[in-house]
Amino acid sequence: MSIEYLGIKNINGPLLVVQGVKGASFEELVEIAVEGEGTRLGRVMDISDDTAVIQVFEGTSDISLKNSRVRFLGHPLEIPLSEEILGRVFDGLGRPIDGLGKVYPDVKRDINGDPINPVSRKYPRDYIETGISAIDGLTTLIRGQKLPLFSGSGLPHNELAAQIVRQAKLPRHEDTKFAIVFAAMGVKYDVAEYFRQSFIQGGVLQRVVMFMNLANDPPVERIVTPRCALTAAEYLAFELGMHILVILTDMTAYCEALREISSSKGEIPSRKGFPGYMYSDLASIYERAGMIEGREGSITQIPILTVPNDDITHPIPDLTGYITEGQIVLDRDLNQRGVYPPIIILPSLSRLMKDSIGEGFTREDHAPCATQLFSAYARVHDVRALASVIGEDELSKTDKLYMEFGKAFEKEFISQGANEDRTIEYTLNLGWKLLGILPREELDRVDNAILDKYYKERGHTSAE
Amino acid sequence: MEESVILRVSGPVVKVRGASSFKMHETVMVGSKKLIGEVIGLDNDIATVQVYEVTTGLTAGEPVAPTGKPLSVWLGPGIIGNIFDGIERPLKAVEKKTGAFIPRGVSTEFDEEGRKWKVEIFVKPGDKVCQGMVVAQTRETPLIMHKIMVPPGIEGIVSEVMPEGEYTVYDTIIRISAGPNRTFEMKMLQEWPVRKARPSLERLAVNEPLITGQRIIDTFFPIGKGGTAAIPGSFGTGKTMTQHQLAKWSDADIIVYIGCGERGNEMTEVLEDFPKLMDPKSGRPLMERTVLIANTSNMPVAAREASIYTGITLAEYYRDMGYNIAIMADSTSRWAEALREISGRLEEMPAEEGFPAYLSSRLSEFYERAGRFKTLGNSIGSITVIGAVSPQGGDFSEPVTQNTKRFIRCFWALDRQLAYARHYPAIHWLLSYSEYMEALSGWYEDKVNPLFMKHRSELLKILQEESKLLEIVKLVGSDILPDEQKLTLETGRTIRLGFLQQAAFHPVDTYVSLEKQFYMMDIILFLHKEAYELIRKGIPASHVKETGYFEDIIKAKYTVSNEELHIFQEMKARFREGLEKLK
Repeated sequence: MSIEYLGIKNINGPLLVVQGVKGASFEELVEIAVEGEGTRLGRVMDISDDTAVIQVFEGTSDISLKNSRVRFLGHPLEIPLSEEILGRVFDGLGRPIDGLGKVYPDVKRDINGDPINPVSRKYPRDYIETGISAIDGLTTLIRGQKLPLFSGSGLPHNELAAQIVRQAKLPRHEDTKFAIVFAAMGVKYDVAEYFRQSFIQGGVLQRVVMFMNLANDPPVERIVTPRCALTAAEYLAFELGMHILVILTDMTAYCEALREISSSKGEIPSRKGFPGYMYSDLASIYERAGMIEGREGSITQIPILTVPNDDITHPIPDLTGYITEGQIVLDRDLNQRGVYPPIIILPSLSRLMKDSIGEGFTREDHAPCATQLFSAYARVHDVRALASVIGEDELSKTDKLYMEFGKAFEKEFISQGANEDRTIEYTLNLGWKLLGILPREELDRVDNAILDKYYKERGHTSAE
Repeated sequence: MEESVILRVSGPVVKVRGASSFKMHETVMVGSKKLIGEVIGLDNDIATVQVYEVTTGLTAGEPVAPTGKPLSVWLGPGIIGNIFDGIERPLKAVEKKTGAFIPRGVSTEFDEEGRKWKVEIFVKPGDKVCQGMVVAQTRETPLIMHKIMVPPGIEGIVSEVMPEGEYTVYDTIIRISAGPNRTFEMKMLQEWPVRKARPSLERLAVNEPLITGQRIIDTFFPIGKGGTAAIPGSFGTGKTMTQHQLAKWSDADIIVYIGCGERGNEMTEVLEDFPKLMDPKSGRPLMERTVLIANTSNMPVAAREASIYTGITLAEYYRDMGYNIAIMADSTSRWAEALREISGRLEEMPAEEGFPAYLSSRLSEFYERAGRFKTLGNSIGSITVIGAVSPQGGDFSEPVTQNTKRFIRCFWALDRQLAYARHYPAIHWLLSYSEYMEALSGWYEDKVNPLFMKHRSELLKILQEESKLLEIVKLVGSDILPDEQKLTLETGRTIRLGFLQQAAFHPVDTYVSLEKQFYMMDIILFLHKEAYELIRKGIPASHVKETGYFEDIIKAKYTVSNEELHIFQEMKARFREGLEKLK
């Protein structure tokens, strides 16, 4: 079944066109033996009659129409899996690069995976305590959620992701089996190394599986990297019953690779040259997070995006936001003011938190406290805009209190140390302390019963 | 017969050679795994087929078999309370067959287990029956009586009737002699092609609101039973939340919820919540009146395109029984994008932003299947379509939003700034509209209160003034405004916080009766007018504010339940007394 074909007819960017092929199937894996250069992998992107279009993962340089032989392997790209993959490092195609030899597989899995039947899903309800106030209090991360970090170049998204990895815990469950799957797509070596160091520091390196496609690795390979990582994650989660945190960085590089391939195939572009199927393609990655009824494990995804030009309406963050269950947005302005983590809470959101906070999960006042903080902070923005026109001195009494609240909120609630691990009680009490700056009648989002119990107006001196 | 084989595979689009006998929109079985596909183009003997499953592994030369039928859905008892994929495969049955993941080429029957239904038959041999006539019924759920109708196109004399008893959907229950030598074996299960609207006698005007219990919708931008609405909004503005609220509380008889290209967990949430939530009218679980169509974003794209049609065809079937159906389509943008993706694969000439030129005609075809109808069986039924739109980058000028706007009559615009401030539902009162206002105002005045519409327009007027004043406040602050305008700001704030904002998770606030909506408006306007008189007499606006009455009104949405409306009268008396003291 392994006929080698010689008839390469055309090479265009990462694509090869081979003629005279019999029986090639769509998305089948292909091995290309290049004379004197070893073998490369590719996959069938289009078949028509006896012609196959092959996407070469490692790039087409040095391939000529004459010097290469193409072999169809009869199955889609698969990766070998067993419990041994924990602690290992793979390249973007799932081949070991840590010098520890091959993985002896228990199973081999098609990296494309199959969609989870919505009937079989379990709605995620276990909250993950990250020890970061802005996340735990306002955009709570839930086990089985996909919650991306929208960041920009030069912002500390890697530090934040590493802090989440170090501090994440499940207060309501003794967590015995957890692991991290880390997929790097087109990131700099330093970034990958930063994560590795932080895994070592956190003492979790033996529980991490890394898939590395660095910035100088072929872009086409990037298309496969997150799929390899998620296939490994699904195996660990749903077959070995582990709780997996998947970090995907950087999804922007992934989307750009997608665009590169699409344009070399001559497809009709939609917005900003990205292919029309980018939504479906991203969904086939993000939707692989979740939990399954009757199975032990879970997959929680934290994809990281460097938002091009800090524009949240750019197709990459835009389509991502439509698929993921919320987003955590980092802000350049806050970062410049020295706030770490620079999470701008107004556009940040966790869609799953509504069902997983409050009595029995965190604390009964969590939801009202969070909503009130959001709404008060939104007001702070209006007041600041006004102050920039008429000057702070001219503000009304209440507006001045809002200015004060805004400052304190950013300084005490949002800001915290890179190693500071706060409990949810601490976060909520801090929230009430800050709301105490505002007079009670301003707290219009909270029930009287909750206010009676938690609200304590600060004995203010300045306003009276 | 010539052999039909795969010639080319490109994503969900497959070209087939030797297909001269294929018909447009015919369903075909593609490849040895028998993936379901639909013919969408014919050129000589080459057919273009869109495949409703992932095409990984298909090979040129694999056989393609025609079925002779257009893409159709099964109609019969067992639909309500169920969850289907985009081409009506019951997902629970799929789970039983293949486990938690959905592989390619799963085939299931409509009712794998052959559940038996207790059937009551109304006709006897010799009766003349015609299309759409209700000839039998069975209780599908405690909420829904499933009426079994003679399928469209069938007419004749009943020749045989099975004894009353329990039957599966596949059993013949009535034989109809439909012409010389032609006997029609009538079963509970029928089939209907999804792309063709089911026939009806005539269309009727919309004259009754769909009551949703959501204040901003019912009071400000109401939709009629049989109407169409769009909810556009960028991500995180609460499209899905709004759709869920409408699915939960609106007073339709049946809800068809189409999750088109959206998140898997959202469907799971509905599946977990709806059996537990009670319908406010009947006190029965909401799931007993709900059908779910789930084609999540990672399921095949062509089936996403079909899911919208599957949903509306199921709705039309129940409409024919005389029910009021509300369809939640979340999101129609994903459907449009599926069209675009397939159109791109076909290398069609794109129109705006890569969308095909037929986008607007497809949208209009879909929305026109909504309406209030006199059915073939001479009853009245309606289909209300509420479509979420996910505009790219939150920009309402993009083609899907713009084209949708032309075919809907209710526009509930979700605003990102409101959502950021956690003002939910984030429907913007100045950007939204409803064209049903006129048709429905009579109903509100008759059934709720003669002053309803007057109150509504006064509230809107205050909000408009407030928005103008806020522009000024942004520049100069609120301190220098005259007291009358300060009052407008305060009342505007009260309306926004106390009336427009509604907490979906608060047990009292999640569903608000029309009467309570009226009294809430009434008390706001009462306070506004009384306060205005005082201010005219020279009493400072700040004194009125310090009474705390505005805050009392804002909290009333939580403290006064739908059954305790007399509290509003007590509040009025209390306010009147308190304000008197300010003089």
